[in-house]
Amino acid sequence: MKKRDLILIVAILAIGLLSWGALELAKEEGAYVVVTVAGEEVARYSLAEDGEYELNGGTNILKIENGEAYMVWANCPTLGKTRCTHQGKISRTTEKITCRINKLVVTVYGAEDPDVELIG
Amino acid sequence: MKTKKVAFLGLSIALAMILSFVESQIPALVAIPGIKVGLPNLVMVFLLYKVGWKETVIVSIIRVALVSMLFGNVQTMAFSIAGAVLSLTGMILLKKLELFSCIAVSVVGGVLHNVGQIAMACLVTQTIGVATYLPVLLISGTVAGVVIGLIGGMLVKRLDKFKF
Repeated sequence: MKKRDLILIVAILAIGLLSWGALELAKEEGAYVVVTVAGEEVARYSLAEDGEYELNGGTNILKIENGEAYMVWANCPTLGKTRCTHQGKISRTTEKITCRINKLVVTVYGAEDPDVELIG
Repeated sequence: MKTKKVAFLGLSIALAMILSFVESQIPALVAIPGIKVGLPNLVMVFLLYKVGWKETVIVSIIRVALVSMLFGNVQTMAFSIAGAVLSLTGMILLKKLELFSCIAVSVVGGVLHNVGQIAMACLVTQTIGVATYLPVLLISGTVAGVVIGLIGGMLVKRLDKFKF
């Protein structure tokens, strides 16, 4: 390994770590998840209520339990790790589950987020 | 193209496909989509240094097309192509500069693969927030790139006598 290699590697790692840290620090307790398909909001669920929801006409099933949301089922054929059902539980603001094949994103918003108007 | 070279590139495609499959069977350690070792990139790094960039591009594109047809669909193919094209372009350019060794070339390949896939995901989902996955992927892509670069470098050195 040359010295230049090391500088490049350290630089990329530093950018990654700093932006990761900044994102983690900015996270707050979430209140709602917003479901978007191709950028359009299609549904919004409170994290305070447990429930199981069919999204996007049945392509994905989202479960909310104990203030955390996670995907329990999806119809996409993606291999292994990129599957939305493997993306874990989300509960803090800006955390999201992405199902790129169905163009679907579930994002957590906080109670005081200005663009979240409480519906119903 | 000599027969020997055709046969070798065919073998490379087969190996890259097997590595794609092996990688897909490794369970995810963290709940972030896109974290992977990039095993098929080992073949690309080797070909880039041993054979040439044109052959590397051909092998990579055929591998992506075949793997998508076997295990994915048209949409997964678009993602794989976005990652592969960006990754290969970066690696080829960086190698032409001749400033870095194959470790840095492989790191840039790994990171750009992730960048390409995330850019594609932002485009498809029409959600810029998908880019919040990027910092973690920069780190994982770099670590994976170092591993692949080290192994690739060793292979190139040890298979010094092979000429294609």
